[in-house]
Amino acid sequence: MKAAGLLIVILTGGLLIYATADFPPWAYPQSPASTHVSPRYIEKSIEETAVPNVVTAVLADYRGYDTMFETTVIFAAGVACFLLLRIRVEEGPEEQLFRHSLTGMTIRIKDGRKAPSDLEEFERIDAHWVPQDLIIKTVCRILIPFIQLFALYVIAFGHHSPGGGFQGGVILGASVIVLAMSHDLRSSLQRMGEKVNALLCAAGVLIYAGTGALCLAMGENFLDYGILAPLFRCDPVMARSNGIFMVEIGVGIAVMATMIRIYNNVSSAGRYDEGL
Amino acid sequence: MIWQLDLAILTLVVVTAVGAIYIKDLLGTAILFGAYSFLMCLLWSIMGAVDVAFTEASVGAGVSTVFFVGAVFRTTRRTKD
Repeated sequence: MKAAGLLIVILTGGLLIYATADFPPWAYPQSPASTHVSPRYIEKSIEETAVPNVVTAVLADYRGYDTMFETTVIFAAGVACFLLLRIRVEEGPEEQLFRHSLTGMTIRIKDGRKAPSDLEEFERIDAHWVPQDLIIKTVCRILIPFIQLFALYVIAFGHHSPGGGFQGGVILGASVIVLAMSHDLRSSLQRMGEKVNALLCAAGVLIYAGTGALCLAMGENFLDYGILAPLFRCDPVMARSNGIFMVEIGVGIAVMATMIRIYNNVSSAGRYDEGL
Repeated sequence: MIWQLDLAILTLVVVTAVGAIYIKDLLGTAILFGAYSFLMCLLWSIMGAVDVAFTEASVGAGVSTVFFVGAVFRTTRRTKD
């Protein structure tokens, strides 16, 4: 079975490598893509959409449908992860560990006993070994605002520089994941609970599709942002730029929430009590 | 495009890919996948596809490695085969 698999892989790989020989060379100016498609975007995109970054213009305007369903795919991935992994646990784990923050002593509380969670000097820790990590916690706490600021910059400046909703959303999600890893899952869930996360997940896709539907309602094609000019109080070209921005915000929110949701489900095995 | 650099990165891509298949430790596989994604990100940026490189760096090398490590943490570290 293993030999057969290897044979199939080698055959397919060999076929693929053989097929690449027919490709036009890298950056070949006479290739079909470089003669018809690319020049149109490179020459026209800035006067049609006022977006200097051609990639963003193609991604969110000319190929807006593709990106909408990409966002939907990410949303579906989050929902699938939730449906497969999430288990509803009525009571917490059988035993809970608490650390006395002044002496560093750990106490173990079996099920049914009263937990000292109301006392200030006890902090709940995960069941597997958790070292004292003051440096990691402090560094992450200082770093997270800058990560989030950078993520917002990436989303907002997708028009001018590399970046956009997907990358910015992932970085925003990563900032919350860093919080969950450096502290624990409970403190990240305090800041973004499961319901808020689910709402944001759907809201991102809704913003994208809603922008498209708004164009439809105002009498243009789906995702044709030019018609939104009266709403933005600007000319149709600038309205397309703003429409792209709205869509990117939707993508960013959806991707951020989905990344956090997948992390929460995977790292706690769907129990949402103790993470990585 | 400097062909020496290109060749070196491509070699490393193949090495990490084969290593990720053959290594027994799943945590090591997760780390190798992260390295693979990062090398692909370098390749994209050499080819001038900066947006794709950015996505590869954030999604491939960043978040998906965390997901893999999380999955390994919750399941088992050794493979059967």
